[in-house]
Amino acid sequence: MPSTVMPTSSRGGGRPAPAAVHAVGLRKSYGDKTVLDGIDLHIPAGTVFALLGPNGAGKTTAVKILSTLITADGGRAQVAGHDLAAAPDGVRAAIGVTGQFSAVDGLITGEENMRLMADLHHLPAREGRRVTAELLERFDLADVADRPAQSYSGGMKRRLDIAMTLVGDPRIIFLDEPTTGLDPRSRHTMWQIIRELVTGGVTVFLTTQYLEEADELADRIAVLHDGRIAAEGTAGELKRLIPGGHVRLRFFDPAAYRSAAAALRGATRDDEELALQIPSDGSQRELRSLLDWLDSAGVEADELTVHTPDLDDVFFALTAGTDQPNQPNRPNRPNQKGTAR
Amino acid sequence: MSSLSLAVRDSSTMLRRNLLHARRYPSLTLNLLLTPVMLLLLFVYVFGDVMSAGIGDGTADRSEYLAYVVPGILMLTIGGTTIGSAVSVAMDMTEGIVTRFRTMAIHRASVLVGHVAGSVLQCVAGVVLVGAVAVAIGFRATDTTVLEWVLAFGLLTLVSLALTWIAVGTGLSSPNAEAAGNNALPLMVLPLLSSAFVPVEAMPGWFRPVAEYQPFTPAIETLRGLLLGSEIGHNGWLAVAWCAGLAVLGYLWSTSLFAREPK
Repeated sequence: MPSTVMPTSSRGGGRPAPAAVHAVGLRKSYGDKTVLDGIDLHIPAGTVFALLGPNGAGKTTAVKILSTLITADGGRAQVAGHDLAAAPDGVRAAIGVTGQFSAVDGLITGEENMRLMADLHHLPAREGRRVTAELLERFDLADVADRPAQSYSGGMKRRLDIAMTLVGDPRIIFLDEPTTGLDPRSRHTMWQIIRELVTGGVTVFLTTQYLEEADELADRIAVLHDGRIAAEGTAGELKRLIPGGHVRLRFFDPAAYRSAAAALRGATRDDEELALQIPSDGSQRELRSLLDWLDSAGVEADELTVHTPDLDDVFFALTAGTDQPNQPNRPNRPNQKGTAR
Repeated sequence: MSSLSLAVRDSSTMLRRNLLHARRYPSLTLNLLLTPVMLLLLFVYVFGDVMSAGIGDGTADRSEYLAYVVPGILMLTIGGTTIGSAVSVAMDMTEGIVTRFRTMAIHRASVLVGHVAGSVLQCVAGVVLVGAVAVAIGFRATDTTVLEWVLAFGLLTLVSLALTWIAVGTGLSSPNAEAAGNNALPLMVLPLLSSAFVPVEAMPGWFRPVAEYQPFTPAIETLRGLLLGSEIGHNGWLAVAWCAGLAVLGYLWSTSLFAREPK
């Protein structure tokens, strides 16, 4: 499926940025249920890629296939230059995986978990101790290193999980919903951790159902819906697919609402909420002229909020069909950017 | 690194992990030892006088019955300990850490080999502990040579290995720890139906095949012969054949179950 957004020269001679993940037509079904219906991915090395989608969209299945846990029914993929089917151990040597459910050994301590990873990566004992101490310190786990991992809080377990993933210096890290179930503070800590990973040059493949998270972290985002990639691009590119910015005026008094609605023709009415929506890109210039217009029309709203299009709009537009009340002139489908279907 | 040294290295890492579990949570192992010890005390001190009438020519006393029953109790100890292995394998398979192992470039079977090696060591330790209880209440081996002691230990280890592979397969095929405990129960029940407590000749005719055509009877008879000097006969080879067969079967079963794709 060609696309103007995805670089297509990766298999050419020059190879400026070798792909960390390159997949064509991955399919997987369980019985009658098609989970992945032919997805293509191209993730340049050293970038953060977010696979965004609701529960059941197939995110975890994609991660499981790319991390060699399960085999695809169709399609081909290379991870870190190794073919998934032909050289799974080559893939395994290059990746680190932190799944959705904590992959720590709860019965042993945090430090023992780390040493276990060091041993399995065949690090010499001294190196193993050094890496263990360093990562426990870096992930703020040094104080609890000698407690059994099952006594850790959710955030601590997740940090230990990622620390264990990092022991072998993986070049590509898969994070399957790394912040699901974390409290807001732990989530922000996790975001910080992920940002630091990238500065070290690794490629991060993360899945999330939080649009904000993809927006915060990812260089490129693919929206997965019903086993297909509904759109792919940067957060900015995806947002541009939906020209949905507006200013929302809310009134407490029905009479004021009615007279404002009469004065501001062209505004979208929400009679139940006593709110008016006026299209706007949210720029200072447009806001000033809008406010001037309100003044001259004698309209005084009780609340004014500026709504710029966010990934939620994109997400809903791509995944929820046509019921988008706020975007009356939504484009049919975003087919000049991304991999529209 | 060659694949063999990789296998050895990863398996010993996994063994260390399992020993760590056993050391950190000894109650599971010790609980499993309670059954053989209680059965030993029950059969010797409560049923002993009656049971002893059933062995030999009817003139045996309680201490002779103690000697008779200890080899069976030791084999039962192994059966009980391997139930624990089935449970811990089933528990382990529900943990995310095993999923992590599957995404790492390590020797595939090392996860299982670690469990097996750990379980065999636990079995041997259990046999030594239960054996010490038996000695404490008066059990003595009779005229056992060094070679016979070595063979006895070898036999106990071989039985442990064979039953452990079966237990690992049972654990892998069970959906959860409770089911694994139930499914592995035959490992504890079979010795009860063997010549452990009464000679096969003393059993009703219709039941004898159950006792004769199962691994515990030849293994127990062989151990009796080594420790007490009774006739071993063809039981030695039978025991070795049973163990080798079960070990190979359990190994093939377990590795093919582990190679299945996780859901």
